[in-house]
Amino acid sequence: MEAGMNDSPLVIDVTGINKHFGDKHVVKDLALQVRRGEIFGFLGPNGSGKTTSIRMLCGLLTPDSGQGTCLGLDVLRESAAIKRQVGYMTQKFSLWDDLTIGENLDFVARMFGMERRREAVDRALEELGLAGRRSQLAGTLSGGWKQRLALASCLLHRPRLLLLDEPTAGVDPKARRDFWEEIHRLSAAGITVLVSTHYMDEAERCHRLAYIAYGTLLASGTAEQVVAAQGLHTREISGASLHGLGEALRGLPGVDLVASFGNVLHVSGRDEARLQASLEAFLQGKPLEMAVVPASLEDAFIHLMQGSPDPFQG
Amino acid sequence: MKQRLQNFSQAFSFTFSFSRWFGILLKEFIQLKRDRLTFGMIVGIPIIQLLLFGFAINSDPKHLPTAIVMADPGPFARSYVAAMQNSDYFKIVGGVDEKEANALLDRSQVQFVVTFTPGFHRDLVRGKAPTLLVEADATDPMAAGGAISVLNRLGLEVFAPDLPGLEKTATPPLDLRVHRRYNPEGLTSYNVVPGLLGVILTMTMVLMTGLAMTRERERGTFENLLATPATPVEVMTGKIVPYILIGLIQVTLILLAARFIFDVPMHGNLLLLYAVVLLFICANLTLGITFSSIARNQLQAMQMTFFFFLPSMLLSGFMFPFRGMPEWAQVVGNVLPLTHFLVLVRGILLKGNGIDMVWSSVWPILAFIAVVLGIGLRTFRRTLD
Repeated sequence: MEAGMNDSPLVIDVTGINKHFGDKHVVKDLALQVRRGEIFGFLGPNGSGKTTSIRMLCGLLTPDSGQGTCLGLDVLRESAAIKRQVGYMTQKFSLWDDLTIGENLDFVARMFGMERRREAVDRALEELGLAGRRSQLAGTLSGGWKQRLALASCLLHRPRLLLLDEPTAGVDPKARRDFWEEIHRLSAAGITVLVSTHYMDEAERCHRLAYIAYGTLLASGTAEQVVAAQGLHTREISGASLHGLGEALRGLPGVDLVASFGNVLHVSGRDEARLQASLEAFLQGKPLEMAVVPASLEDAFIHLMQGSPDPFQG
Repeated sequence: MKQRLQNFSQAFSFTFSFSRWFGILLKEFIQLKRDRLTFGMIVGIPIIQLLLFGFAINSDPKHLPTAIVMADPGPFARSYVAAMQNSDYFKIVGGVDEKEANALLDRSQVQFVVTFTPGFHRDLVRGKAPTLLVEADATDPMAAGGAISVLNRLGLEVFAPDLPGLEKTATPPLDLRVHRRYNPEGLTSYNVVPGLLGVILTMTMVLMTGLAMTRERERGTFENLLATPATPVEVMTGKIVPYILIGLIQVTLILLAARFIFDVPMHGNLLLLYAVVLLFICANLTLGITFSSIARNQLQAMQMTFFFFLPSMLLSGFMFPFRGMPEWAQVVGNVLPLTHFLVLVRGILLKGNGIDMVWSSVWPILAFIAVVLGIGLRTFRRTLD
């Protein structure tokens, strides 16, 4: 899959994108390449510029500087044409609560000036499994259904690129799983998907990832590449009493990162020898076991987040 | 609410943390300070009210424009006109003939036409109380009252020094005949009902469109709208049209009430009236849309509406005679579309004005639309940036 993907044309190809809000530099020199049919994960802490970046890609915001193309169109000058071929799903449910499901889809179809609008809406309702509830107000739907409706509405005009801004926030695991299966189906059909998320399991479902923190792109590549780039070595500690252990380990030489995963503790560091030595000395005579495990994506992300203090916090 | 009050009183009786209370107080002040508009309203409304009620509102208006029809020029008539001028109630705009005087009244360019009848001088000298004809524009009956009473008093003051016998006679020196034009009985409903037409349209049109757009922003649906290929002009006009229909329905209801409940006469062409109404609705909708592209939420849009509504009510001539206001207030009033709309509606309904008479009040409304639309389109484009 990877090999085939590398030959696909670039759908998003931008460099040096900057955006300021007042005196805040929200996106700094963003460079992004996304290939056709790829599912590209966009990760980073809250307020890191993910939403702003997505809005710039779909023409809702104009970058202060930078250049590049989206679907072969200039991101600075041809935003109107880009809008017509992009499906953008906002972070917050942004369809009209006081319109019915059918009316919402119909409105969106009208906005995109679709031919054979009725057919398209009927088909979308059928695929959604909402044909029987088309006259229900969208505001009365549950979170999972709202999300499915939102996805259906941004697929209505058959976009070539989908931009999804934290699409699964507040959605139950079953609905999330179904959602991702749908995303993979779309990807297989040649639609490119850029999706921002906070969930590690979702990040692992993406073909490639980018990690952005406070406006700066810190890492990108496949999940394995991103993990490997951090150069982390991880030990998994397990045993009867892990309570309070994290605090004790955090200050040790060679320990960069401690994270609890249920009944085990992941301790990671860049310097493997010092990490090993510290842990061996610490665990001496304690009823705990230590095992060598590969660093997880979450370890890598927490490490990335720690390494980039929030410049707006002071 | 009751439950909450109970909770509050319970909490209060157990502990009262001064620092917590102060923290809340401080937070409120900080939020208030950040919300410029609310802050502006809190300060602005009392000041505006003070200014309006203190200075602007004068139900005994002075310097009313008056045309003189001089059929018998003579020294007495001249000194009478001079005395009128000196009384401060009248601003003499010049001598005209009868026909011209009527046109001036119809176009609301003068409040009074005072006619000195032929033989004025002769009759006065002979002690035969000559007729002084006063035609007042009584569409707003309040505006004319004070000035008319002055005219009576002036006769004695002006002519007494030259006609020594005058003071002793029981009859007044002048036969003052006042014609209350357009509204002979001085009914306030003639004035208020057409006025209400404008006030209600201002209120609902500005507010409804203001809310319609900010609601989108507040609920986040605006982002979705912007992500579609819809252009600002499409969105703006698309949102305006439904309210034009609502406005026309309101107008019809008010006109029906005016005709059948208040017996307001309708002398003019209804088609022309509706054309003028449409123009006025457009002015208010443009303003509403512009407000909504500036306001960040529905509350702010509502506040801005009231900020506009208040001067519209008070400075347009709806509540108080326009000419009774000081010059600066008249200048402000002239910017407001309601001011011109009131002149138009009273002119068409009560005076039967035709299409050739309305232009002087139509162009200020057109200018208002052009300026506000320009601002609206510019702010709309910047919405997400």
